[in-house]
Amino acid sequence: MRHIVSILSENQNGALSRVVGLFSQRGYNIETITAGPTEDPSISRITIVTDSDGVEIERITKQIHKLINVVKVSILDENEDGAVEREILFIKVQAMTRQVRDELKSLCDIFKAQIVDVTPELYILQYVSTTAEVNRFLQVVSELADVIETVRSGVCGIARGEHALHV
Amino acid sequence: MTMMSGAQMLVRTLEDLGVEHLFGYPGGAVLDIFDALLQSRQIERVICRHEQGAAHMADGYARVSGRVGCCLVTSGPGATNTVTAIATAYMDSIPMVVITGQVGTPLIGSDAFQEVDTVGITRPIVKHSYLCQNALDIPKFIREAFYLAASGRPGPVVVDVPKDCVNPKNLFEYPPMTEVRMRSYNPTRLGHRGQVRRAAKLLADAKHPVVLIGGGVVLSGAAKKVRTLVEKFNLPITSTLMGLGAFPGTDRHFLGMLGMHGTYEANEAMDKSDLVFAVGVRFDDRITNTVSKFCPAAKIIHIDVDPASISKTVMADLPIVGDADAVLGQFFDAIEEQNLTCNTAAMDEWWTQIEKWRAVKCLSYKTNDELIKPQQVIEAVYKATGGKAVIATDVGQHQMFTALYYPFDEPRKFLTSGGLGTMGYGFPAAIGAKVAAPDACVCLITGDGSFQMNIQELSTCLEFNVPVKIFILDNHTLGMVRQWQTMFYGGRISSTNLNYNPDFVAVAKAYGHEGIFVEKPSELEAAVEKALSMKDKLVIVDILCDTNEKVLPMQQFGGAMGDMFLAD
Ligand SMILES: Cc1ncc(C[n+]2csc(CCOP(=O)(O)OP(=O)(O)O)c2C)c(N)n1
Ligand SMILES: [Mg+2]
Repeated sequence: MRHIVSILSENQNGALSRVVGLFSQRGYNIETITAGPTEDPSISRITIVTDSDGVEIERITKQIHKLINVVKVSILDENEDGAVEREILFIKVQAMTRQVRDELKSLCDIFKAQIVDVTPELYILQYVSTTAEVNRFLQVVSELADVIETVRSGVCGIARGEHALHV
Repeated sequence: MTMMSGAQMLVRTLEDLGVEHLFGYPGGAVLDIFDALLQSRQIERVICRHEQGAAHMADGYARVSGRVGCCLVTSGPGATNTVTAIATAYMDSIPMVVITGQVGTPLIGSDAFQEVDTVGITRPIVKHSYLCQNALDIPKFIREAFYLAASGRPGPVVVDVPKDCVNPKNLFEYPPMTEVRMRSYNPTRLGHRGQVRRAAKLLADAKHPVVLIGGGVVLSGAAKKVRTLVEKFNLPITSTLMGLGAFPGTDRHFLGMLGMHGTYEANEAMDKSDLVFAVGVRFDDRITNTVSKFCPAAKIIHIDVDPASISKTVMADLPIVGDADAVLGQFFDAIEEQNLTCNTAAMDEWWTQIEKWRAVKCLSYKTNDELIKPQQVIEAVYKATGGKAVIATDVGQHQMFTALYYPFDEPRKFLTSGGLGTMGYGFPAAIGAKVAAPDACVCLITGDGSFQMNIQELSTCLEFNVPVKIFILDNHTLGMVRQWQTMFYGGRISSTNLNYNPDFVAVAKAYGHEGIFVEKPSELEAAVEKALSMKDKLVIVDILCDTNEKVLPMQQFGGAMGDMFLAD
């Protein structure tokens, strides 16, 4: 099952590599990983999406927690109130003809995606949504136009409601 | 106010932490530190001949003394030479701090001379690691390193110190020692009270309970409480390799070691138990045999300071996270509160059954007048040392024979690489042990293969006067591997003969020590006694042993705990 693991770590040298290393060392899989600073400059937040069964996700949580730099770990999707998750997709597509351009434009309107860069031959589309929606968007776009390049940010997420992950 | 260089702060920090012995080896990146060490009256240096040796010495020192072992090596090859020893300590949860030199910070990442990414290379085999960025990081990180190494589940910590951080020209105010606090690290000491109460009740109600102890009992100093508990409920008890000595091996409650080369009675008792009371163990594959067939009728109570060890391989029915000694203390309260007593009738019945397994006498072996059996050597050393020696081993048959035929009555007497199985561990570990406990009788029981993996430390022993006694079970083979080839590879002997061994007695003498060669069973005891009587000498006793002897009993692959090959 797909899980979103949120980690608060001391913002120290090599902290991210310890987390990543742990996953490869123990044979856990990483679908996406993102990291960035938080409201507290001494803490960074790492979000990992992993596909693991119930027993394994508990083991992963315990192993991450064991890392000395890690302050807190939480499985976002286990939060009672649920979680908000998003990822960003950029997709560079060939947009040479009028017809393709119009279709891309209306597709972006439907999905609430944006065209963020335009050249005579290319569009860059930006789409922010859940992984499932991003996959769908990608699918539809690729049926419409030639895809030159895609880049995805990986998932970042936050628990809904009262639950908050901070020090 | 004292102004100090980074190197001086490093030395001073070690002094403030109570370090009396530092194992190590010099080199370019640590020149300034070794220079500063000349001024220390507290820290005695023990200089190895290969950095793997230094780090194993620190490990042996820690195992015997219970204190953090510390070693200092240079950058690049100095650091990489310690890797095996760091992994060894990591697998066995040994408190150790490894200080490595590093190229200067401006050079890091440039593939400078003797630069390696020490923190990167060691990342999966340390409890934690540090790369100093400036001189004032040194006292801070070393204090944290010692605290981390020794607390919670102990383990090795690496502190990488770039050369510019110890430059004697730059002086700093030495920060006073303060208590280490880390918001991201708070090991649990006390167990959950409700869980402890439930577990105590389960234990008292069990009809076929077995206590299983491991290295965690040694590390937390819980041996006494384990003994009290065992006696109170008249419990049978078994131990992992790492736990040997944490319960007296000669006590009637002790069933011997369990697992792959455990005793028949220990493994059968586990297999038929209805409750496994596990303290400070991690249920690794050398213990469980086939996990799906492991103790089918048993509920598992698992006490460990490391939550990640609980339900990692064997699912615990009742997990308790906490320090073994502290949690067992809580048990006595819970037992009293609930008025729990020994179920005498059930235990009598259980012991009657266990005695039947014991009567198989799975450790009996045949002797003859021609060839010395390795088991005989262990028994001779046991007899001559009164069972009181500190014994280090290497890895192989001689290691298992030691575990089975030398019953340790106290913790911290048996030094062996359990988790990693590192050949070459024993000799330097014995040196570290003797440095930590100069008055103890420290023996190394090794194999002709293993001893050659760190034989160079004979020179260290001469220089620093470390008179350990070395018993080589010289079977002219990598015996344990040969045993597998004999049993599971149709007897095809591939690359396990050792027909080009040196004359170990001559080696001893070349290094300035004593040597004795024995080949007749009738001469064995006298030779062992003679070696032990030369108190201030390092003595190698090279003992020619039967090449074909096997370590038995042995669990059958794919079987349950009690499925074992027995000696005929
Ligand atoms: C560093 C290392 N290399 C290889 C092995 C694999 N190995 C395990 S036991 C063994 C044989 C050890 O031979 P010896 O030291 O003579 O002991 P014996 O089994 O003969 O008593 C070997 C090669 C190991 N454990 N460690
Ligand atoms: Mg051998």
